[in-house]
Amino acid sequence: MLDSTPKEIKQRTGGGLINPAKTCQPIGAMYAALGIHKCLPHSHGSQGCCSFHRMHLTRHFRDPIMASTSSFTEGSSVFGGGANLKTAIKNVFTLYNPDIMAVHTTCLTETIGDDIPSIIRSAEVPEGKVVFHANTPSYQGSHITGFSNMVKGMVSYFSEAAEPIKKEQMNVIPGFVNPADMREIKRLLNVMGAKYIMFPDTSGVVDSPMTGEFQMYPEGGTTLAQLKDTGNSKLTVALGRFASSDAAELLAKKCQVPVATLKTPIGIKATDAFLMVARRTFAKEIPAELELERGQLVDIMTDTHFHFHGKKVAIFGDSDVVTGLTEFVLSLGMHPVHVLTGTPGGAIGSAVGSFEEDIQEMLQQAGLEGNVKAGGDLFTLHQWIKNEPVDLIIGNTYGKYIARAEDTPLVRVGFPILDRSVHSYMPIVGYRGAMRLLEMISNALLDRQDRDAADEDFELVM
Amino acid sequence: MAITEKQLEELLAQYPSKVQKTRRKHILIKDSTTETPQVIEANTRTVPGVITNRGCAYAGCKGVVVGPLKDMVHITHGPVGCAYYTWGTRRNKAKTDGDPTKNFINYCFTTDMQESDIVFGGEKKLAKVIDDVMEIFQPNAISISATCPVGLIGDDIGAVAKRAEEKYGIQVLSFNCEGYKGVSQSAGHHIANNGLMEHVIGKGELEEAPAKYAINVLGEYNIGGDGWEVERILEEIGYHIVTVMTGDGTYEELKNAHVADLNLVQCHRSINYIAEMLEIKYGTPWMKVNFIGVNSTVETLRNMAAYFGDEALIEKTEEVIARELARVEAKMDQYKKICEGKTAFCFVGGSRGHHYQGLFRELGIETVLAGYEFAHRDDYEGRQVIPDIKLDADTKNIPDLHVEKDPERFRLKLTPELYEELKKKIPLSHYAGMNVEMKDGSIVVDDLNHYETEEFIKILKPDIISSGIKDKYVIQKMGIPSKQLHSYDYSGPYAGFNGALKFAEDITMSFSTPTWNFITPPWKDEPLLVGTVADAEGVA
Repeated sequence: MLDSTPKEIKQRTGGGLINPAKTCQPIGAMYAALGIHKCLPHSHGSQGCCSFHRMHLTRHFRDPIMASTSSFTEGSSVFGGGANLKTAIKNVFTLYNPDIMAVHTTCLTETIGDDIPSIIRSAEVPEGKVVFHANTPSYQGSHITGFSNMVKGMVSYFSEAAEPIKKEQMNVIPGFVNPADMREIKRLLNVMGAKYIMFPDTSGVVDSPMTGEFQMYPEGGTTLAQLKDTGNSKLTVALGRFASSDAAELLAKKCQVPVATLKTPIGIKATDAFLMVARRTFAKEIPAELELERGQLVDIMTDTHFHFHGKKVAIFGDSDVVTGLTEFVLSLGMHPVHVLTGTPGGAIGSAVGSFEEDIQEMLQQAGLEGNVKAGGDLFTLHQWIKNEPVDLIIGNTYGKYIARAEDTPLVRVGFPILDRSVHSYMPIVGYRGAMRLLEMISNALLDRQDRDAADEDFELVM
Repeated sequence: MAITEKQLEELLAQYPSKVQKTRRKHILIKDSTTETPQVIEANTRTVPGVITNRGCAYAGCKGVVVGPLKDMVHITHGPVGCAYYTWGTRRNKAKTDGDPTKNFINYCFTTDMQESDIVFGGEKKLAKVIDDVMEIFQPNAISISATCPVGLIGDDIGAVAKRAEEKYGIQVLSFNCEGYKGVSQSAGHHIANNGLMEHVIGKGELEEAPAKYAINVLGEYNIGGDGWEVERILEEIGYHIVTVMTGDGTYEELKNAHVADLNLVQCHRSINYIAEMLEIKYGTPWMKVNFIGVNSTVETLRNMAAYFGDEALIEKTEEVIARELARVEAKMDQYKKICEGKTAFCFVGGSRGHHYQGLFRELGIETVLAGYEFAHRDDYEGRQVIPDIKLDADTKNIPDLHVEKDPERFRLKLTPELYEELKKKIPLSHYAGMNVEMKDGSIVVDDLNHYETEEFIKILKPDIISSGIKDKYVIQKMGIPSKQLHSYDYSGPYAGFNGALKFAEDITMSFSTPTWNFITPPWKDEPLLVGTVADAEGVA
């Protein structure tokens, strides 16, 4: 397995990637658009893009992922895709009747410079229906950037500051996380008794139930009315600097809604921080129910600390999730010696800071040193691991090749997970999500200990 | 349950009028009594906005045909996505043979083009990435596949490849398979076929096959290990497989494909170009084979034996067939008990939409609707229609490769008389297409889309649908089992005798899993309040 990967690390000069740890913008845009109620994402480009993104999202969620495409040909690439998009808009509303159509671009249409707003303006959009867009050039950033850009599109098209005084509600941008995570964040706020608008919200869309009927537009998703109302909220909480803060900043500029950018609430510290913001915003005390959950989490962490304390771990995946995971494993006393994301560190023209600095700072505070890289690939991660082996790898499915090659356990977290199921139904955020992560991490380490133990060391109680 | 013309018109009436006109030509209700054979439109543009299952030329070239060659490093020149989505997703399995550092099947290489590369050109970056690859991996050969922006900005990947060949002394193949070319994956198959034929096949030094009964297996991508099951059977009979195109295949073997005595064509759509060109250039006939299903496998093995006409080979073939049948038939019958009488939709890429109908039939399942995602008219109607196919601009943009007789290596494998005689008995250099095997009243749909899928399900109420990942869960939400026939739902092999059994087991499982029984919660079938009728005194 991966036998061609040498231990010796040579500087690569080409700027290419070997075994990428990221993919391109449009898939993130497609996922974000699915988080709007009765919205059909539309890929303005070649058919292959739409097909690839639907394939990958479907495999991760094991649920229908509906999206349409402009089906470019060589002719449209030469003469522009205006006619294709206008035809698509007409056909989509006639055949699939969404309320909203969310157009995202691709590297093809960005390269030829199709002017999407003017195409939309000259298209036949039925009364009461809406078409909006986001520019998502695949040659910038990553799928996380695409998610961020589509959420920005929601703000720039829909958010309105209609009221002179802000309402007692906050906006929550959850970032590129699973629907279960969005549900869990909403549950925390519901327990708090806080009013909020989450956008986008894919819960109830890509985790829909089996009822014997197919619904093209399931129950879930942020409504258009809610999107408009985001301009009237007193605060926007952007969870994850890379996926969420750009849209929050735009909303601040457009509708004067202040921003709190927080880490994705993975682990105890980030969940504490999230709840503290909600507590301050609404001047509401943290309910006993949540304090109980937190206490239980700390109880488990303490009771089982010897399962994971001091273990070396490699973490890779999307910047916001990796940042949260790193913080959490540090609070467990683990040593994240290799931390890598495929998404570039400082995003393009935005308030997003450096991934590497964030992680290095956390490591420093814990008195640790490690390899940290933004814009990296799994070939690099593998070479790091060959040079400094780890007890555990945390990341998406693509980590399984390294895990096998190096005979190291893998805990699957993040996007995409293509070879296991249920992950999209179970949160990793909040105190309950932290318990689940803890269980996965402990189980992986202990299963390995059991597997490798001599008969005489094989223990009943651990 | 059959469909009436009226129902079909009603279904189509929902389309805007222009789309309706277009789509009508892609659908036919099979009728063998017509004076002239029925015609279906295929390999034409999908209407924008109509949710299609189709992909692009890049997917067909790198994803399907070129990508499985395991001893090459395949570099995708473009932004990251295209390489990423074709990394390990198609299940073209490949074993390491010999040097484990020369199997690159689990690797993914991309130039990860950035905005500056789009603006200033990406050739330099591509050349540097090749340098990195040579420094670290030293593959036997490299391929470069172009994605959409590459063609638009005018990167000359052929020139970069040529310079790299001169620098490193290995072959560097370039494929201009930009996603916008053609109308589907099919364009990419053609581009890949041309490249492999022009630059790889025939580059080997062998002048003659190293053993008797030398064959190539074309259009077998070893999904779920299909190719290995086919090899198991063929090698036991005594065939010598020169190369498999391209599942578990190698660049090194492919170079010697010219020495085979016969080319087997499993997936006609994706590889018929090479099959035809091999015949013209080297005189090697090709035969349409079908290793899906017990009966098709048996028929194919007998056709192959008939081609070689050697008594010992025929005898060995019958011996293996008899043994395999004795082994699998009784088990197939067990599965048939559960499957018998059911109906299926069979919509796959370019050959499986046809091949699996036979396997379904063996299980007692009738295919009431079938179609291809990216096939051409000949895959439906048979190769005799090829001269009649009008080439539109999208197809003309894919250049044809014209080959000529190789003066040194061209050899007639059969006398012209024997060739003609065999042609009457076996599918030699011919494919009769899907339509001929379908029952009257069944539906053939080209480029079936989401809307039509839903509507046809409502009308025909099939018991199982074989399709791909994008509509799998749409179908299952309706309470209908869905079997992915691109990836086999991560099972397989489905080819050959063992594959037929595995398929039967999996299909039976999808009908008999208890999970379907839980869709309706018990409270939906029972009133909330249960009362008894009171008597005159009000006592219940």
